[in-house]
Amino acid sequence: MARVPVQFTLNGQERAEFVESGVTLLHALRDTMGDTSPKGGCQQGACGACSVIVDGELRLSCLTLAETCEGASIETAAGLASEGVLHPLQRAIVDGFAAQCGFCTPGMIMAAKTLLDHTPNPTREDVIEAISGNICRCTGYEPIIQAVLTAARSNSQKAG
Amino acid sequence: MALKRGRGVAAINYPTGMNLGGDPSQALVHSTPTGSFMVTLSSVDLGQGLRQVMSQICAETIGVPTEAVTIDTADTDTGPHCMGTFASRGTHRIGNAIVQAAREARDVMLEVAAEELEVDAGDLDTDGTGNIHVKGAPQKSISVFDTALAAHFKHGRSISGRGMFLVPRSFPETETGAMKPATCYAHACVVADVEVDDETGDVTVLSVKNVYDVGRALNPKMVEQQLVGGSWMGISHALYETTEPYYPDRDHGGTDFNQYLMPGPGNLADTETIVIERPATDGPYGAKGVGEMCANPQIPAVANAIFDAVGVRVDTMPITPERVLRALKARSQAAPAG
Repeated sequence: MARVPVQFTLNGQERAEFVESGVTLLHALRDTMGDTSPKGGCQQGACGACSVIVDGELRLSCLTLAETCEGASIETAAGLASEGVLHPLQRAIVDGFAAQCGFCTPGMIMAAKTLLDHTPNPTREDVIEAISGNICRCTGYEPIIQAVLTAARSNSQKAG
Repeated sequence: MALKRGRGVAAINYPTGMNLGGDPSQALVHSTPTGSFMVTLSSVDLGQGLRQVMSQICAETIGVPTEAVTIDTADTDTGPHCMGTFASRGTHRIGNAIVQAAREARDVMLEVAAEELEVDAGDLDTDGTGNIHVKGAPQKSISVFDTALAAHFKHGRSISGRGMFLVPRSFPETETGAMKPATCYAHACVVADVEVDDETGDVTVLSVKNVYDVGRALNPKMVEQQLVGGSWMGISHALYETTEPYYPDRDHGGTDFNQYLMPGPGNLADTETIVIERPATDGPYGAKGVGEMCANPQIPAVANAIFDAVGVRVDTMPITPERVLRALKARSQAAPAG
């Protein structure tokens, strides 16, 4: 298969790589660019563990071809902490014991971040809707819902 | 046709670990030259938090901060033998092995400190923050750091210990068949409230109340996390999950997460969880294994609640709407109304 150049912004940094044509964004991020925060769970769009944000929208990186992201701005969980300070969502998940094995957590966080970017003060129903495409096997979801609501509150306190 | 409510109760006694041919785990503990402690295991942390709890057990036994302990594990080529992380055995079996190894390491540490302080080792105690002092005279002390340095460079001693915990194989008595398959049991009781739609067969779990006897919760937040997640999983087993739907045959079974049903964040029952601590006599600091039993008793509790609601016993999991409706139909055919 022909290798194709692909250039995009990953967590604020310009990246340019050659990838195999037809390779998924998940594969390109993990195996070519060394960002292993998106996880390959089902690899067919049913579990949400690979979720990333592409140009402000939540996307399943296992169903997205890397070459379709030319010129895009991509955010992953690996880019959330800034100078060693956790993102409010990460902080709330740690403090609220909302991760156990941690495999779903990066995708869960990106789904929640997409929600909070668009809806800074979500209701419980908004949070449930936002994470309903992400499977968690450990927590029973309630701690995650609470963590997202806590992060939203801490964000709005900072803004206020 | 109506929505009918019911309540079901179930209790469980769950053995910690297994006993097919003896159930052993081993641990090795040694200090670095600067007084950190390394625990070598081959037990796997599946994400349940084994490393954290094993660090706590080692730190508590030696008398140093948890941060001073590193867990090096999951390489069966280099680590001491462990049967594995399953059967809810990790905290109990591996924890007990670490207690034994850490006690031996602590004894050596205190012997070296005693030589440095020119006192008797039996008069020494640790303060849990990285210092060793003479009991009743805290000003006469030496740090664990300096003790480890002295052991390595002056006394030529290894501050280390070996731990082995074995639940021996239990053979049945020939006359009665009686045997002792386990030494330690965790207990739980669950009350489930459900609503059953007797037209569609849909079952909704309205609330579930769980009480667990965990021995002692070595890390209370992690115990709570396991119990809350386990309760959710138990309801999932009761009503949704199966890899073998056989409908109409195996070829039509689910093959991926799209067809493998689990309750999502929008289907959560109101959950209450209470922990009771009755320390186990043979558990590390009293802990029992609760990993799996926390997902079991919800299943009979939900089945009992369905019986209470609509009077049918469904004894095949998961209790799908189809199975509820078939049971209701069979009952009405057996005893026609009127």
